[in-house]
Amino acid sequence: MRLHDFRGGVHPPGRKQLSADQPIQPLPLPNRLYIPLQQHAGGPALPIVKAGQKVAKGELLAREQGATSAPLHAPSSGLVVAIGESTAPHVSGLPLPAILLDPDGEDRWMEQDLPPDPLALDPEAVAARIGAAGIVGMGGANFPAAVKLSKARQAGVRLLAINGAECEPYVTCDDRLMRERAAEIVDGAAIMLHALQAPRAVIAIEDNKPEAIQAMRAACGHDARMQVLSLPTRYPTGSAKQLIQILTGLETPAGGRGTDTGVLVHNVGTAYAVQRALRQGRPLISRIVTVSGAAVAEPRNLEVPIGALAADLLAHCGGVSDDLARVLMGGPMMGQPLPSLQTPVIKGTNGILALTAAELGPEPQPAPCVRCGRCVEVCPMGLMPVEMAQRVRRDDWAGTLALGLNDCMACGSCAYACPSQVPLLQYFAHARGALAEQRRAEQKANSIRQLMEQRQARLVREERARAEAAAQRRAAKPRGNTAAREVR
Amino acid sequence: MIFAALVLTALGSSLGLLLSLAARYLQPPPDARRAEILELLPGVNCGQCGYPGCGGAADALLNGNAAPTLCPPGGSALARALAAKLGRPLDGGDAGPPLLALIDESRCIGCAHCGKRCPTDAIIGAPRQIHAVFQEACMGCGLCVEVCPTECLQLRPQTPTLITWRWPKPALQGG
Repeated sequence: MRLHDFRGGVHPPGRKQLSADQPIQPLPLPNRLYIPLQQHAGGPALPIVKAGQKVAKGELLAREQGATSAPLHAPSSGLVVAIGESTAPHVSGLPLPAILLDPDGEDRWMEQDLPPDPLALDPEAVAARIGAAGIVGMGGANFPAAVKLSKARQAGVRLLAINGAECEPYVTCDDRLMRERAAEIVDGAAIMLHALQAPRAVIAIEDNKPEAIQAMRAACGHDARMQVLSLPTRYPTGSAKQLIQILTGLETPAGGRGTDTGVLVHNVGTAYAVQRALRQGRPLISRIVTVSGAAVAEPRNLEVPIGALAADLLAHCGGVSDDLARVLMGGPMMGQPLPSLQTPVIKGTNGILALTAAELGPEPQPAPCVRCGRCVEVCPMGLMPVEMAQRVRRDDWAGTLALGLNDCMACGSCAYACPSQVPLLQYFAHARGALAEQRRAEQKANSIRQLMEQRQARLVREERARAEAAAQRRAAKPRGNTAAREVR
Repeated sequence: MIFAALVLTALGSSLGLLLSLAARYLQPPPDARRAEILELLPGVNCGQCGYPGCGGAADALLNGNAAPTLCPPGGSALARALAAKLGRPLDGGDAGPPLLALIDESRCIGCAHCGKRCPTDAIIGAPRQIHAVFQEACMGCGLCVEVCPTECLQLRPQTPTLITWRWPKPALQGG
């Protein structure tokens, strides 16, 4: 298969050696799990358990709400303490509704029969089972996998790309998964091919992971449908649109989806979760998380129940040193800085990084833009970050959108490459927020207008009803009055 | 003497007739722009802009005495619409989060006066029960604040949620 190229990109130091040789270990069960109801793109899940209820491992805790949503399952057996709140895995650290579960230590699975052979099932039934297992994109996008598969099958996608690029520095969870559980990933990919009714799958891995490439090649064996590809290491190869461009040379249209090019991209973690769900009936209740960074005593790759706190993970890895400067959820390029360690791991969390000031480098000192054009060179989407940031600074939203704000995927290449350390990413995040706020304000203005009209209509109706009632009373009374008068 | 009186009478009556005819037939067309602006404004006459009701605000906007940002309940969406309609720049920009009514439940006596005043039915509560404001329907006009006998109603900035939280604009340096 001939590989193509995408434009731009950067080469941040990989720093994967910190954790790449650490085999996957289970995290001991924490005392309490915080399972946020919103861990995926789309509508939040709706709890079906009550406080004080005992649940078995894998039991349904909350069901999906709406067409694009995902259910949640109990990561361990135990007691539902409350439907309360947890810290959102977000830079704001605001509260998020969550189910609080105290594991009882037995880790007792719910009773169930082994599921039927997925390859004998109807493709739509396979997708439905993937949806019922609560599987979302494990690469960080958190989009419900079943919705993606069904839509791609309807769109006639011919190629499935299993994404093992893992281009974010530090993060090694996919690397370890491919080294240690290659056969399961390949089986998961075969199940996805069946759900997709597509003839071919490629497993794309960056060439800085030779052991993973070897393991995956061995697992694919003689299956002619599967091909393992070694890609040159460059950030952001692991982004779906860039990966599609490498594989096919096609660019995803602006505002379109990856499937418009005839390729569906799924993370290796998603393929593994699909295999677990359809072969063993295990819903998505745990994932592999890389705990790394120079502030961590013993960097590790952990298999973590969903809902364990960042503090639990860091404590299991020997705690953090005093020179801790920042904790990130996800990689250093696109991850979220965590204001609190009491933040739970969700389905899309691939890493918890505790970084020292030395790793972060000196505090950025933004200087005036020198218009060198580095950001334009490195932007993998072909945008002009310098021009976009200038529009944002002037609150020129129409201009920002015309320059392609919606095509920016916030990969951070521009900010990484900027010699003046202009906070380009923050400009774009600010613009997205401001535009979303405008949309909400307009929606609210419309709904308030409706409410006012409805109230006016109601008042008129009530007035009329009162007048009619009064008229009826008058019509009923006069006879009585005249009678009284006649008596008098 | 009589001649002067006759001339003045004739002059007065003919001019009066002329004026009345002019008033009748030379009426300016109704101001379409005023109607359009009134259509945009919330129309609850809350008076937070400092003009007598939404009609007064529309006049002030047309005269150029008031900025498009004059209406707090309308918020940023209305300010943008007004600026576009009047062809004027939108200055003052960010007004911060909108103010919404909030009930201090410890002081609410359930008099139900506020619910009757609310132009969008955003206040929920039966008589002698604690009332609550449905924030999605509240536009912060403040009509309820005036009628509350215990002053338990106040306009407060909306509490940030994951949906409303947003990155601040970077401080002006570089770019």
